[in-house]
Amino acid sequence: MKAFLWQTIPISALLRSAVCASLLGGSLFLTLPAFAGLGEDAGSVDADQAQMQGARRVTQSAAYSVHEIKAPTGVTVREYVSKSGQVFGVAWQGPWPPDMRQILANNFETYRQASEAQVNSHNGRRPLVIDQHEFVMHAGGHMRSFNGRAFIPALLPNGVTPESIR
Amino acid sequence: MMRFERNNRKLVTSEISMKKMSILNFFGVHLGFAALAFVVGCGGGHSSSASTPITPPPPPTGSNVQAIIVNAGPGGNYANGVFTSVSVCMPATTSCQTIDGILVDTGSSGLRILSSALTSVTLPKQTAADGNAVVECLPFVSGYTWGPVETADVQISGETAKSLPIQIISATDFPVPTSCSNRGAAENTLAQLGANGIIGVGLNAQDCGDQCVATGAQNPDLYFECPTSGCVVTGEPLAKQVINPVSLFTGDNNGVIIELPAITGPEATVSGSLIFGIGTRSNNGLGPATVYPTDNQFHFTTTYKNQAYPASFIDSGSNGLFFLTTAIDGIPTCSNASSFYCPTTTENLSATTQGAGGVGTGTVNFSVANADGLFANASATAFSQLGGANTLSGFDWGLPFFFGRNVYSAIEGQSTPGGVGPYWAY
Repeated sequence: MKAFLWQTIPISALLRSAVCASLLGGSLFLTLPAFAGLGEDAGSVDADQAQMQGARRVTQSAAYSVHEIKAPTGVTVREYVSKSGQVFGVAWQGPWPPDMRQILANNFETYRQASEAQVNSHNGRRPLVIDQHEFVMHAGGHMRSFNGRAFIPALLPNGVTPESIR
Repeated sequence: MMRFERNNRKLVTSEISMKKMSILNFFGVHLGFAALAFVVGCGGGHSSSASTPITPPPPPTGSNVQAIIVNAGPGGNYANGVFTSVSVCMPATTSCQTIDGILVDTGSSGLRILSSALTSVTLPKQTAADGNAVVECLPFVSGYTWGPVETADVQISGETAKSLPIQIISATDFPVPTSCSNRGAAENTLAQLGANGIIGVGLNAQDCGDQCVATGAQNPDLYFECPTSGCVVTGEPLAKQVINPVSLFTGDNNGVIIELPAITGPEATVSGSLIFGIGTRSNNGLGPATVYPTDNQFHFTTTYKNQAYPASFIDSGSNGLFFLTTAIDGIPTCSNASSFYCPTTTENLSATTQGAGGVGTGTVNFSVANADGLFANASATAFSQLGGANTLSGFDWGLPFFFGRNVYSAIEGQSTPGGVGPYWAY
């Protein structure tokens, strides 16, 4: 078993720091990245947490840290952050999907277009699988229970398997 | 390789001729039924003959039985979609429109109809306390449907759901809010949906449930009210939500059965029955079916190769058997970037299913054939061996699971002879 370092970042602390930042001259919105989530830097997790109004728990392991955000909607998002400070993977689970634009960031359009393209060969409702060189995503579930995962293969730390992201 | 393909083609041809025969058989059953009725009406006839033809069991009859069919659907392009028709009426009037091409979905609850298909009836819009129209954004796996909640008397077979809240899917009646379009692809047109609508007859009583009743941090942003200034999230009482239409029937309202015959190869069409009620009449008893209760997320456990997947489910609205990924099960996906599996030879597999709390256990044998090979049958729409990748969470037992099984879905909180829902039985 690996030893994990548990760290909790309450939403109040996050908001306090954001408010302090804005009092120091920047506005709250300027202190957060325009796009948060997958492919962005670790600081973008703050924006996701604020958007989800969630509680965060951070788990450290040798190659990366996992920022788990639990929203009051029952949705849990896990963001996988490499030692170099990039979000290389995200996973989600809950009664409804999370705000996909928020957590997929610049990959959202790739996701949306791939979903639309699914009907090109045959119509049919099914899990979504995107398996591209730059972006991989699996999403599934049904009403009241959805889950999925997405990652950027080029950002996976050495020795980390895609199946770690779940 | 060429020879293999030719052989394949030969096989395909024979499958298609079998398919034609089975279509004839299907009509034969009905003609036979009519003929039988005629004979009985005439006071009998020969009851024995030298050769007794093997005939499939007659389809169930009754005012709680609705015909369903697997075909290409109203978009002409559906694989493994099971469709039916519903009659949508202005409440408390006889002003009705029958709409076919409605996908039968045990993976959701509530009736949703494309605005473009509802042409001859204008339904009253549901309004919030302040008089603004209530509009829903319903998330599916990779997209959403958007449109107003309207009220209808809905008739299907001999059953009626009076003053049923339904979603009228339309991208244009009200502007789509950002939080809705952020969910992914719009599924608001026939081309995108492949159906004129979806009738959700799943395990949950309402689509959203308690989470949507009040506004606040717990609200998942499904229901909006839409003044001219723009749509904002609204609290939606349970009774006003888009609810499982079966719940509003006066009887036969505790669940449904989907009955589809077994098929061996790809078929052009497959006919079956959607039966309302479980153990409420002589035609909908549980019989030898095993009951599999679900957990509160509507899951049960599937065990495959000694690994238990507790987030598995049964869903007539999924168009294949979706499980795990190539990295886990070693079955390759097709080269055309689709998520379907394309093994070089058909995989004959087995899994066990177990209800929540360990109640109910059974074995499911299933096969996954090469999806490209299946789809090479241009006229086929029903595929019992169509499989594909899922997330890592488990098994999504889609429509192929239903061929050759009577699958019961009991609605949450409803009493049945097999216990209180939610459960599946088969």
